[in-house]
Parts: sequence; C-alpha cells; structure tokens
Amino acid sequence: MSAQQQGEAIIAIRGLRTGFGDTIIHDRLDLDVYRGEVLGIVGGSGTGKSVLLRTIIGLNRQLAGTIRLFGKDPETLDFAEKRAIERRWGVLFQNGALFSSLTVAQNIEVPMREHLALSEPLMDEIAAMKIAMVGLPPDAGAKYPSELSGGMRKRAGLARALALDPEIVFLDEPTAGLDPIGAAAFDALIQELRQALGLTVFMVTHDLDSLHAICDRIAVMAEKRVIVSGDMAAMLKFDHPWVRDYFHGPRGRAALSAKVTRQV
Amino acid sequence: MPIVALISFLIGVVLAYQGATQLRQFGAEIFTVELVAISVLREIGILLTAIIIAGRSGSAFTAQIGSMKLNEEIDAMRTLALDPMEMLVVPRVLALIIALPMLGFIADMMGLFGGAVMCWIVLDITPGLYLQRLNEWVPLSHFWVGIIKAPFFALMIGLIGCYEGLQVEGSAESVGRLTTKSVVEAIFMVIVVDAVFSIYFAVIEF
Repeated sequence: MSAQQQGEAIIAIRGLRTGFGDTIIHDRLDLDVYRGEVLGIVGGSGTGKSVLLRTIIGLNRQLAGTIRLFGKDPETLDFAEKRAIERRWGVLFQNGALFSSLTVAQNIEVPMREHLALSEPLMDEIAAMKIAMVGLPPDAGAKYPSELSGGMRKRAGLARALALDPEIVFLDEPTAGLDPIGAAAFDALIQELRQALGLTVFMVTHDLDSLHAICDRIAVMAEKRVIVSGDMAAMLKFDHPWVRDYFHGPRGRAALSAKVTRQV
Repeated sequence: MPIVALISFLIGVVLAYQGATQLRQFGAEIFTVELVAISVLREIGILLTAIIIAGRSGSAFTAQIGSMKLNEEIDAMRTLALDPMEMLVVPRVLALIIALPMLGFIADMMGLFGGAVMCWIVLDITPGLYLQRLNEWVPLSHFWVGIIKAPFFALMIGLIGCYEGLQVEGSAESVGRLTTKSVVEAIFMVIVVDAVFSIYFAVIEF
C-alpha cells in the first residue's frame, strides 16, 4: 500500500475546525485520502466522524481550515464547478436515505436525471446494471424502499451512490445494523467494486471486522483531531488509551483472530 | 373533501336553525337566508375549510418532510445537487393554493344547501324562495370576499407545514412534536390572516 500512500491525495484536509454553537467538534484536523485506497474512519461516539463526512461533502460549513477535493477548494468554486465535483463522488448514508416515494430503479436514476441528459431506456438499462452490480435481484428495481430489508436498502443506496460512476464513495457506517453474515457480504461487495471500478472509499465505521477485512488505512479520531492514521499494524502498535482499548479489547482480538483464521 | 362538505352542510343547518329561532322573536325570519348566506360565504365556509386542511394537509406535510429528514433523504438530495425547496416545498404549497379555493367553493355550496334545508323545514321557506332571496339580497361580492382569502390561507398552511418538517431533527419524537406545532401555528395564522382581511375589507367597505 505504500505506493498508494505516496499517490495523489484526492482529499486533503488542513487545519479543519467545525462546530455547532459553542461546541467545537474538530480543531486543527488534518487528513489525506489517497486515490484507490479504502480509508476507515473510527472513533468513539461523538468524536465527529459523521460530521467530518458531512463537512467534506458540503452539508456542513467549516469554521476554519481548508478542504481540497480533487485538488480544488470548493469554497472558491462557482456553482457549475461545484456540481462538476459533486458528480465525481457518491454518498451512502447510514440507512441508505433512499427517496421513499420512488422505486429503487427511480432512485438510481435521480442523479442521472439531474446531471446528465440520457434517454429513458438508457437510464433504465444503467439502473438495472447498477442493481445487478450491488448484488440485488433484478426484481428489486421495481420495489419501494419500504419493501426492502435493511441490508437490501443499503445495497440500493450504494447503487444510487454509484449511479454516476464516481471516483470516490463516502460510506457512513455501511455495516451498522446488519447481521454478521450480511455485514461480511457487504464488505466483500465493497472490496469487489473497489477492485473492479478502481474506487476510492471513505468509510466511517464501527465494525472491526470491516476494518480488518477491507481497509488499507485507518484514521482514528479523538481529541477533536485525527490522532493517528496508518495500517492495522500501526494501529496495534500505537500507544493511546482509546486506540489500545479499541484494537486490543475483546472484540478487537476476536476480529483479529478471525482475520488470521481467514487467511489460513 | 367529504368531511369539508359534511361539516359545512352541518354548519349551514346550525346557523339557519339558530338564526331562525332568534329572528323569529322579531318576526324577521326571512332574514335567516341572508344571515346564513353572508356568514357562510364571507367567513365560515373558507375558514372551516382552512382549519380542516391545516389539520389534514399541514400535518401531513410536516410528517412527510420530517420523516424524510430523519431518513437523511434531504441530505441525500443536497448531495445530488437537488434543491429540497424546489423539490418538496414548492409543489406542496402550489398544490394547496390550487386545492383550497376549490374546497372552499364546495364548502360554500354545502353551507348554503344546509341553510336551505333548514329554512325549508323550520321556516317553510321553499328552496325556490330561498334561491330568489339569495339572488336579490346577497351580492356576489360576499362570495369573492371569502374565496379570495383561500390562496393566502393555503400559503400559510403550506409554508408552516413544510418549514416545521424541515426543522425535524434527531428522533421520531421530534416529528410528532413538530407536527402538533405545525397544526397549531397554521390554525393560529389562518385566523390572524382572516382577521387582517376582515379589517381590510371593512376599511375598503367591500
């Protein structure tokens, strides 16, 4: 992975400070995301993992600091340039955030309708392709989100995030609320898509198994910053009370041994 | 729609009955027709409709948009460069602006109909006479005074419903709280706007 780490940083965050009212959530936060990597963001509750994700995709304004996306600072861009950048990423929210009044296929077509001028049959075809790509049965396209299980909704949300063939996808706790088998299958899906499409993945997660299975690099959030980032070996060595508890606690050990067993 | 129709019909009945009882003391029963027609057309028909719609559609707007907010659908829209204002608020408010005057018209008609039925039963004023009386003594301006207010009521109800929906945060409990708030505020604002119109029409003597 070292080759990738020296590669192009498609997201570069410097000196980020965010907060609501008097509460400061991030302060002097630095983080890079390199092309082609799967980056896992971990941290205790309330350390601002989701807020960080929302700030990068522009749902939150930072109080200070810069975020460069694909080498550009969205703060300085006009509307058209911003839209051009937005086309290059996809976002999967925690519960999929599918539009409940639209079918899965229509949901996948929303970004295409908004950003591209395609004919209806072509959009239907692309939607069907994306549905197959995320491992949903073909009849899922005509269903409404309320008719799907949690895991299927996440897959459908991922299909929508991939609608415009993005370079980077943001995943907010993709395996939360899934049973262990579903979670492992989702991890495998992300791994597969990343290899097939050359995606960069920015993933907020709590799932130690996911971290072991698919993340190239892990960034730990604590004390309003990213206190350490690196691969799993670096995490296991890092000396900080929270990091040690997280990766060396009973669940951490179980996930680690599961990984070792898998490799054997 | 059936609720609006039924309630206005009943209000027409009640007004006619009350009017008849009171006016009979002065031997002025025949003015019951004017009493019913003017109060229904100018005020009650449209006001009742607006209050029912605030309870029915205003609350629905808040609940729908609120649950979309909870489900992060609104955030998803923003990331897809869709404007929630344009996608969610404008169509709902416009729909209400179109629908409320129509419902108000139905309410007016049903209110007059209820009045006619009661006049016939209690006062022996035949529907023919009732209509004739309406024609002669109740100018169309009363109808317009009522109906012109409908789009303004609709705007209030729609905007409040959507605004409160967008304020939802956190949990399902917040949806419930803001739905209640939206109905209360909408009804309050409808009555305030109605009062403002009353003063305005009184000043211009319309």
